Amino acid sequence: MNDIAIELKGIDKKFGLVHANKNINMRVRKGTIHGIIGENGAGKSTLMSILYGFYQAGAGDIFVDGKKTVIKDPNAAIAAGIGMVHQHFMLVENFTVLENIMLGAEESQVLNAGITKARQELKRLEQEYELDVDPDAIIEELPVGLQQRVEILKALYRGAEILILDEPTGVLTPAEADHLFRILEQLKSQGKTILLITHKLREIMAVTDEVSVMRRGEMVATRTTAETSVEELAELMVGRHVLLQVDKGPASPGEVLLSVENLSVRDGRGVDMVKNVSFDVRAGEIVGIAGVAGNGQSELLQAISGIRRATTGKVLLQGEPIHVTGTADPSELRHRGLAHVPEDRQHMGLVLKFDESENSILGYHDDPKYLNGLFLNIDAIRKDAVDKIEKYDIRPPNPKLKTANFSGGNQQKIVLAREMERDPAVLVIGQPTRGVDVGAIEFIHKRIIEMRDAGKAVLLVSVELDEIRSLADRVLVMFDGRIVGERAPDAGEGELGLLMAGVEDSKEAAQ
Amino acid sequence: MEYFETLIVILQSTVRVSVPLILAALAGLYSERAGIFDIGLEGKMLAAAFAGGAAAAVTGSAFIGLCGAILVSVCLALVHGFASITQRGNQIVSGVAINFIALGATVILGQAWFRQGGRTPQLSGDARFTTVELPFAAELAEIPILGPIYSDLLSGHFLLTYLAFMLIPFTWWVLYRTRFGLRLRAVGENPGAVDTAGISVTWMRYRAVICCGILCGIAGAYLSMAMTAGFVKGMTAGKGFIALAALIFAKWKPVNVMFACLLFGFLDAMSIRMQGNELPIIGVVPVQFMQALPYLLTVILLAGFIGKAIPPRAGGVPYVKER
Amino acid sequence: MSVPYAKLPAWVDYGLIPLINLIVAFLVAGLVVLAVGESPLRAASLLIEGAFGYGEGIGFTLYYATNFIFTGLAVAVAFHCGLFNIGGEGQAYVAGLGVALPCLWLDQFAPWYIVFPAAILGSAMVGGFWAMIPGWLQAKRGSHVVITTIMFNFIASSLMVYVLVDVLKPAGSMAPQTRAFTDAGQLPRLDWLLASVGLDIGGAPFNLSFLLALVAAFVVWVVIWRTKLGYEIRTMGHSPTAAAYAGIRQSRIIIITMMMSGALAGMMALNPIMGDQHRMQLDFVSGAGFVGIAVALMGRSHPVGIVPAAILFGMLYQGGAEISFEMPQISRDMITIIQGLVILFAGALENMFRPAITAFFATLGGAGSDKPLPAAE
Repeated sequence: MNDIAIELKGIDKKFGLVHANKNINMRVRKGTIHGIIGENGAGKSTLMSILYGFYQAGAGDIFVDGKKTVIKDPNAAIAAGIGMVHQHFMLVENFTVLENIMLGAEESQVLNAGITKARQELKRLEQEYELDVDPDAIIEELPVGLQQRVEILKALYRGAEILILDEPTGVLTPAEADHLFRILEQLKSQGKTILLITHKLREIMAVTDEVSVMRRGEMVATRTTAETSVEELAELMVGRHVLLQVDKGPASPGEVLLSVENLSVRDGRGVDMVKNVSFDVRAGEIVGIAGVAGNGQSELLQAISGIRRATTGKVLLQGEPIHVTGTADPSELRHRGLAHVPEDRQHMGLVLKFDESENSILGYHDDPKYLNGLFLNIDAIRKDAVDKIEKYDIRPPNPKLKTANFSGGNQQKIVLAREMERDPAVLVIGQPTRGVDVGAIEFIHKRIIEMRDAGKAVLLVSVELDEIRSLADRVLVMFDGRIVGERAPDAGEGELGLLMAGVEDSKEAAQ
Repeated sequence: MEYFETLIVILQSTVRVSVPLILAALAGLYSERAGIFDIGLEGKMLAAAFAGGAAAAVTGSAFIGLCGAILVSVCLALVHGFASITQRGNQIVSGVAINFIALGATVILGQAWFRQGGRTPQLSGDARFTTVELPFAAELAEIPILGPIYSDLLSGHFLLTYLAFMLIPFTWWVLYRTRFGLRLRAVGENPGAVDTAGISVTWMRYRAVICCGILCGIAGAYLSMAMTAGFVKGMTAGKGFIALAALIFAKWKPVNVMFACLLFGFLDAMSIRMQGNELPIIGVVPVQFMQALPYLLTVILLAGFIGKAIPPRAGGVPYVKER
Repeated sequence: MSVPYAKLPAWVDYGLIPLINLIVAFLVAGLVVLAVGESPLRAASLLIEGAFGYGEGIGFTLYYATNFIFTGLAVAVAFHCGLFNIGGEGQAYVAGLGVALPCLWLDQFAPWYIVFPAAILGSAMVGGFWAMIPGWLQAKRGSHVVITTIMFNFIASSLMVYVLVDVLKPAGSMAPQTRAFTDAGQLPRLDWLLASVGLDIGGAPFNLSFLLALVAAFVVWVVIWRTKLGYEIRTMGHSPTAAAYAGIRQSRIIIITMMMSGALAGMMALNPIMGDQHRMQLDFVSGAGFVGIAVALMGRSHPVGIVPAAILFGMLYQGGAEISFEMPQISRDMITIIQGLVILFAGALENMFRPAITAFFATLGGAGSDKPLPAAE
C-alpha cells in the first residue's frame, strides 16, 4: 500500500550560474498537510514550479503515487492529479467564477453541458469543503480571500488529489487565513494531500503534519511538526551564519533625520501592505529592517522615497513633512537631502541601455553642475563619473560603456556612488548586495558604514539577515506589514528568525 | 411619403456600406479579443478584394473568387501572426507593414496580370455575386410602410450581406457560449491563466488570427465581387480603419459592432445625401465633416468622454512565460 | 526565466543586423518583381541609374529624401520616448496651412527670406499642435496614441479637403488648391550645390529645405543626446520605472515629445509646397508620413541612420519612376511594397535573425574585448 503521494529524488535545477535546487529529496505522505519552509532564494518556488510542469528539472525524478511521472507541462501535472494555487492568482478578472473554473475543463465545444456540470460540481465542492462562492460573481469584484477560494476550486474541479499552495496567506486577513486553514483540514480529511509553501512558522505549527526546511537550494531537514518547535525550525531556516567581520565602531546617533509615523500603504489590489508603521532614524546610525521579502518592505521604501502613495500616516524628512499621501516628488525629496538606492537596480535604479556616465546622474540630471543652460555638460558629467569610478573602484573603468555590460556588483556600485556622493542627509537602501559578488559586497558594506560615520541617517532594508546583523545598529523586524520587534544586531539568529517568521514577540507588549 | 422613401433609400445605402465594415470589424474582434492588435484590417481586405476579383475573372466563378479572397487574407493574417506571436514583434508595426505590402502588391500584380491600370477585369454573370430577392417581395411591395421595408430594405441584398448580419449573432454565440470563445477571451485578458490551465496560448492566438483572416477575406470579396464588379486600385479607401474605429467604439462587443458599423454607414450615406443641402440652424454641413465624424466620435470615446473603452487587458503584449 | 543576454559587438547590433533585414526585404521585393515577369537585376540597375546616374536624377532623389528626413525624424523622436507616432501624414498635411497661410499673406510684401522663416514657424506650430492633442490624450486620459494618431490622420484629410475646396481656393477656379505663390513664396533651388560637383540639376525641385532638413537632423541629435530634456525623454522611453524613480514627470514629457514630433513632421510640408509646387494642393504629403516610419526603423531612430535611410528611400522613389518608364509592369507602387517589407523586417521581425547571428558569433569565440557578462538576476 503506497502511502507516498509525491516523492522527489535528486531533483536538481540550475538557471545559468544560479543553482536553485541542489539534489532535492523529499517524500510527501498521502492525506497530510506537508509544509515547505524557507527564506527567499531557498528554492521552494522553483521546486514547486518543477512539480507543476513550468520548468523541467536538470536531473532527478518525480514519483506520483509510487509511479515515475514525467511532468513536462501543466497539463501533465493536472493529469497526474496535481493542482496549484498560485501566489499571484491566475484568474481572468472580468470573467465570472464559473467561467474561470471551467477554463481548460469545459467538457465540450458548446458550453451549455459544461456549465450545468460545473454548477453541480461547484455545489458539491461547496458542501464538502465549505468553499462557498457565488458562481456568477465577477472575479474583480470579489475580495482577495474569495478570489483565492476560486483558485482552490479550480484545482479541485480538475480532480486534483495533490494541492500545492504557494504562500497563500500573504494577501489574507487573519480571519480569512483561519478560514483557509479550516478548508485545508477539510480537504485533508477527504484524503487530499496538501503542500503548503510558506515562510510563516505559526502557520506551519498550526496546520501541518510534517514540514521540510529548505535553505539556499538544499533540502536541509524534514520534521514531524508535532515533534519540533518554532525555535528549531527557525534555526534550520536561517542557519548558523558566521558574522561577517566588518570593522564597525560604535554608533553615536544624533538628531532624528527621518521620522515615520503611523504609515500605512495599500497596494493596487486593495491589500494593506504596510500597516501602521512607526520608527525613527537618527543621524549617524544605521537602522536595518529585516524580514522575508513580501512583508511590506518594498512598499515602505517606495512610500518613503516618493514613488508610491501611502494611504495614511506621516513621514518627516529633517523635520519637514513629505507629502506621502499626496504628491510626493522624488526630485523634490532629493533636493531636500534624501538619497535612494532602490531594490530593483536594473529597472529602477539604472537605465541599462545608458552608458555609465549617463546613469551616474540619473535623478540628479537637473543639477546645474551637470548642465550648461539647457544642455548637458558632457565633460563635467564624464569627469564626475570618472571620479566616482576611481573612488568606488568600478570596473571596467569606462564611463562610456553601456551599463548592461557591467557585472551586478559594479552596477550596484554605480548606483551607490551616485547616491552617496550627493552627500545626502538620509540614505535609504534596499537589497544593496543582491546579485553582487563577494568582493564587491565587502566594499559596499564598508561604504555604508562610512556614510553612517559621516553623520548620515541610513535606513537599510535587506532580506539577508547576515547583512542586517553586521551593518545595523538597530534591527527592526518587519512581518506582515508591521514592525514586530526591535533588537540589537547581536541578538540570536533563532530569535530574529522567529520574529521574521511571525511568531509573536514574548518580550513585546501585545499590540 | 417622400420622406419615407428617402429614408428607405438612405437605409438601403447604409446597409450596403456597412457590410464590409461589419465583416472587417468582426475580424478585428476575434484578433483583438485574443490579445493581438490588428491595424492591418485594411491591407487584408484590400488584398482579399484583389484576389477575389482576380480569381473570379480568371475562373468565371464567384465562389472560387471568394475562396481565393479568403486564402490570401489568411496568408497575410498568418504573417501578422508569425511576427506578433512567434517573433513577439511590435504588433502595430506589423499591421502597418501589411497595409503597405498589400497596397503595393495589389496594384503591381494587377497591372502585370491584367494590364488594365491596376484593376481586374469587369465581372459578370456567374463571376459576380448577385442580389437575392426574398419570397413574395414584389407582391408585398404594395403594402403601405411594411411593404417597402420588406421588399426594398430587407430583400434584395447579396448573400454576403445576409451572411454578414448573421455573423453578428453567430459571433456572439461563439464568444460567449462555446469553449473556443471562452478560451479566446481568456487569452486576451490573462494568458497566464490560460497557460496554467494547460491550454496553448500560441495555438489559441494563431486560431484567432486565422478567424480574422477569414472574415477580412469575406469583406474583401464583398467589395470586389458584390458591391462592385471587379477590383479597383485602393478600393478599400480607409474602410479597414473605419472598421477598427467601429470596433473600438463598440468596445469589442459583437452586437455593439453591428450598431457601430450601421451608425458609421449611416453617417456615410447621410454625408452624400446632405451634400449642399441646408439643415435648420446649422446651415450647410460640409461633406468632409460627415466623413470625419466616425473618426471624431472614436477619438471622443477614447478620450473617455462618452464612457470608457477598455481594451482586452493583455492586448498588444507578446506573451512571455516569465516565472 | 530570461535567456542569458549575450552581448553582440556594437557594429553588429547597429550595422549588420539592420543591413541583413534590409537585404531580406529587398530579396522578397525581388521575388515580387520576378512574379510579374521582370528581371530583378535589371530593375535594380535601372533603379540605381535613375537615382544617381545623372544630375537631375540625383536632384529628384535628394528632393524626395528631404521629405523623408523630416518625417523620419518625427517618428524617431517619438520612438525615443516609447511612443509610436503614426500620425506624421496628418500632421504634415495640416501643417500645410502653417506654410500656405504665411505665404499667401506675406508673399506680396516681403522677400522669401522673411516668408520662409515665417512658414517654418507656422508649419512647426501647426504640426506640433496636431500631434499635441493625441499626446495630451495619451498623457492625461490614457488613450492609446497609436489609435488616436491614426484617427487624426483621417480627420486631417477631411479637414484639408474642406479647407482647400471651400476656403482657400481662389474664387472662380475649379482646382482644389491655393493660388500660386509669388517669387517670395518659392524656395531657391540648390542648383549651385550640384553644379559645384559638376552636376546639372535639370528640372529637379531640389531646394533649400534640404539644408533645413539636415539642420533639423543635427538639432534633433543635439536635443535628444545633449540636453536635459533629451535625457528625460530617453529615460522615459527605456524605462518608465526609472523615470518615475528619477522624478521625471510622465505627462509633461509625453506631451512635449509629441509636440516636437509633430513639429518635425509639419516642417516636411515646406518642401513640396514652397519648394516644388509653389502652392498648396491636395495630398501634397502623398505618403511621406508613412515612409517616415520605415526610415526611422531602418535608421534605428538616430539621425546618423535616418539621413542615409531617407536618401535610400528617395532613391527608391526616383529610381522607381525610372523603372516604371522602362518596365511598365513595375509602377511606383513597387516602392510601397518595399516600404512595407522594410517596415516588416526592420520593425516587427527585427529580431528574427538575431539568434542565428548570435550563435554564429559565439562559435567564432566571442568578439571584442573581454567584457564581463552581467550577473543573471
